[in-house]
Amino acid sequence: MRYGLGERGCTATLREMTCAPPDEATLIAALRARDEVAFAELVDRHTASMLSVARGYVPNAAIAEEVVQETWIALLKGIDAFEGRSSLRTWLFAVMINIAKRRGVRERRDADVAIAAFTGGTVDPARFRAAGQQWSGHWRETEEPSPFPETPEGSALGAELVTVTRRALDDLPERQRVVVTMRDMLGFDSAEVCELLDISVANQRVLLHRGRAAVRAQLEDYLGDPR
Amino acid sequence: MSTEPMDCRDLVELVTAYLDGSLDPDTRARFDLHLLDCDGCENYLQQFRVTVNTLGKAGDDDVDPAFRSRLMEAFRDWR
Repeated sequence: MRYGLGERGCTATLREMTCAPPDEATLIAALRARDEVAFAELVDRHTASMLSVARGYVPNAAIAEEVVQETWIALLKGIDAFEGRSSLRTWLFAVMINIAKRRGVRERRDADVAIAAFTGGTVDPARFRAAGQQWSGHWRETEEPSPFPETPEGSALGAELVTVTRRALDDLPERQRVVVTMRDMLGFDSAEVCELLDISVANQRVLLHRGRAAVRAQLEDYLGDPR
Repeated sequence: MSTEPMDCRDLVELVTAYLDGSLDPDTRARFDLHLLDCDGCENYLQQFRVTVNTLGKAGDDDVDPAFRSRLMEAFRDWR
């Protein structure tokens, strides 16, 4: 279960607390006082997301765990100096991405390619009518997309689509994978992603769009649409 | 204001900007007008929404308990 930060309304000590979850400042103060419950609460709030993002940079889950562990240790070592200028989440992810990049031996298919220099479309050009034809640039009759099924929670097809989606995400070039993971899987907003990855809003959108489009294409293939 | 009709080929590249609300008003209007007439693009937009929605379910919320224990041990070592 995830809690929104900044919720207040509880004056009991952390150990006794049964009402509203503690806010971040409270947890950080408790952590400075070496409170293990506060550390456990922070770990439970952030570790799953951290592992997902770390996994985007390194070749396997074991190394992702090492990166995440190193990040938590960096927080503990720095907690007395932590000023809270950024949210803890932003701090954790910024530090973690640096550690992950140092460890990142994952293939870097797109590392040196300027993001905006890519000119190809995200949909197979053969699906559109060619230049010079009537309705040039529009879908060919046999290539029009069909709606994807809306899958109810817990349905078998829904679970299959999640599996296909995870595989498609894993196939993306690093930066697309990281942006899509942060935006769509973890719900970060655009400004936070731009800050963490040090990219412009426009480039962030390009990476997000290409990543989503590639995942969409895999889902379409799986669902048996003509390509 | 540009009133040129938008091609399907162009529309598919603007879907993320459309969903983010970051298209300029003229482009957004051309996008919306195109959708009214084009089932293929309406379906493409629906596929994109389902894709984003499915990505939202693709996270793994379960942290391996052994890993969580290692983190707690690291905390005790530090303390």
